[in-house]
Amino acid sequence: MKKIWLIIQREYITRVRNKTFLLSTFLTPLLFAGVFAIIIFITVKGQTTDRVAFRDNTGIFQEQEYKRTGVVFISDPEADTSNYLSKGYSAIVYAPNFGINNTDKWQVYSKKNFGLIQSEAIRDIIRNEYERYVFREQGIDVSLLDSVKKASGSLSVETAIIGQGEEIKKGNSGIAYGVGYAASFLIYITLFIYGSMVMRGVMEEKTNRIAEVVVSSVKPFQLMMGKILGIGAVGLTQFVLWIMLMFLLSTGVGFLIPSDVDPETLNSAMAQANESTRMAAISGIKDAVGAVNVPLLVVCFLFYFLFGYLFYAALFAAVGSAVNEDPQDAQSLMFPITMPIVLAIVIMINAITNPESPMAVWSSIIPFFSPIVMMARLPFGVPGTVAYWELALSMVMLVVGFLVTTWLSAKIYRTGILMYGKKPTWKELLKWAFRK
Amino acid sequence: MHMNILEVRHLKKYFATQKAVDDISFSLERGSIFGLLGPNGAGKTTLIRMITGIFYPDEGEILLNGHKFNPVEDVGYIGYMPEERGLYKKMKIGEQAVYLAMLKGLSRKEATERAKEWFVKLDMQTWWNKKIEDLSKGMGQKLQFVTTVLHEPELIILDEPFSGLDPVNANLIKDVIFELSQKGSSIIFSTHRMEQVEEICDHIILVNNGKKILDGTIHNIKQEYKENLFRLEAASYENISHPSFEVIRKEKSSIVIRINEGFSTNDVLSHFIGSGVQILGFHEILPSLNEIFIKKVEGTPLARQFQNVPA
Repeated sequence: MKKIWLIIQREYITRVRNKTFLLSTFLTPLLFAGVFAIIIFITVKGQTTDRVAFRDNTGIFQEQEYKRTGVVFISDPEADTSNYLSKGYSAIVYAPNFGINNTDKWQVYSKKNFGLIQSEAIRDIIRNEYERYVFREQGIDVSLLDSVKKASGSLSVETAIIGQGEEIKKGNSGIAYGVGYAASFLIYITLFIYGSMVMRGVMEEKTNRIAEVVVSSVKPFQLMMGKILGIGAVGLTQFVLWIMLMFLLSTGVGFLIPSDVDPETLNSAMAQANESTRMAAISGIKDAVGAVNVPLLVVCFLFYFLFGYLFYAALFAAVGSAVNEDPQDAQSLMFPITMPIVLAIVIMINAITNPESPMAVWSSIIPFFSPIVMMARLPFGVPGTVAYWELALSMVMLVVGFLVTTWLSAKIYRTGILMYGKKPTWKELLKWAFRK
Repeated sequence: MHMNILEVRHLKKYFATQKAVDDISFSLERGSIFGLLGPNGAGKTTLIRMITGIFYPDEGEILLNGHKFNPVEDVGYIGYMPEERGLYKKMKIGEQAVYLAMLKGLSRKEATERAKEWFVKLDMQTWWNKKIEDLSKGMGQKLQFVTTVLHEPELIILDEPFSGLDPVNANLIKDVIFELSQKGSSIIFSTHRMEQVEEICDHIILVNNGKKILDGTIHNIKQEYKENLFRLEAASYENISHPSFEVIRKEKSSIVIRINEGFSTNDVLSHFIGSGVQILGFHEILPSLNEIFIKKVEGTPLARQFQNVPA
């Protein structure tokens, strides 16, 4: 045990001290925060207002000027496609000449492509005025339209989750969807990153012939487990640091906005495009905290990350021990291992829209897929969507699966690590694995 | 303490297509330097891997210090330097030496102290904080040697320790090997460079096709394989035929003769003296290990052939 501990330490320390580790650990959250900050900055400061001329002979537009975020609509009977630029407009709009039943195309002539906010604003003005025009023509009071719109806008649709004899929780399948998607993709990516880190580490030991020196001091199994556990610890460290940094940075960004920008400006700037989504997000997060059992989710995430990693890492180690210098060999031998991981993502995408389908249930129990598929299902609720027995069976199966893959891989590893020459086939690897 | 540090009895290891080691026995006296010779693919590496506990033998037993060898507990007694050198490229040299010694069971403090001593001894003090990738091949070799002997093993196994070393460093390592054997370490020295073996080893075995084909001290082996050849230098070579010997060849200023069965060197010399020939020199020609090696191995296929081994 003391020797495994030594190996774990070496694997851990050499990797954590490595510049790439430091860079990826500290830059990734900074990158996220940076992108976030840039988006806010552009929304707040980078707003330009375009002047758009319109010509209307039908009387759809009642006013001379309409203002929206990013766009000013100005009536200008003098403007046409040949002179709008010289008159200082970015675009010109012609209202079609054909009365109320005409839903012909409205043509916006412009020299540039408008941004999302501007083109949405132009559409909004036209639709709004067209609706009012139709009401006027039909002799309906326009104020009725306003009150109907106001009423339907404040209507909200909520889903409630109710278990037997439990208090009602607000359900939010959107949030569950997002959390599940993010968690299973995170596991998918880390399986690949840390799995191939194990494989490269084993390949390094084999091709540099360190294995022979070390294996004369420790058992091959100790060397393999030491490497797997050491790299697993690196992965956990990176996760914990990421979570901490993300937390620090997000609170930091939160503090920055109100002090830097007048909240009024921010609100009005974001009003058009962002207000509703932002509100939804905030209330959604509150709902999600109520609906999703966050501590359970975090514990399950760490469990599935750790054992999913352990399950696959041993297989990656076996492949690493089998290949020689040629990285191409690694590619072809890796295929049978990467295939179930990719397949798990495909199943997950299906399972997340239908988390109670038999395929979703069973593949969240099979160890090859369970780390990814189960993480997608869990946010929908335990025991609502995922029954306790399913979760328990899935976890037990994953631990058993980890013991089995490690046991088989250790046998491949023991032979492969000292075997030079031609690349073995999978048939040979299986022979090594099942040999007594 | 047992007289023989290592005893190997009827060791066998068969692979799918090779009888890599086929019933080899030998023993190694404490404090001696032992040569394990054999052509490429003879089974030397497999034999060493069993002695170092990397492979389990199919049959036979290994006794270390008179006890059955236990690969897990006895690792501290053995230092092994494989032919293909292996070190972590990105690790600092000092740390690496300490790490490998700790895997052999030394404490961190002990390992660090000894590593520093050895670095001074072999003039490597400035290397401590460098990385392996900064070292030349020969420098790496020296470091590998240090990591092999750092934990003061009783049995040191060196596979081609001088390959890649310049003469100065080779001599340095050779002196250290002598010193270690004087202090009581026993050394197995695997090579196919015969001139080094003659210089260093007390006892050798020759392995070919997985079998031991020669075993003994260098002196005894040479005596066994001598062909009664003598080089004689005389003032003139007239009237030199006599039933006691045959002339094998004439050289510039000497002749090589073979003494016939039933005669001794005195018969030859008295013939020359009796004929009034002035003798300037007379000495026995012993075969070199190289010649014995080639003679023993010659006639067998140059490379190992694949065999069918019944499981």
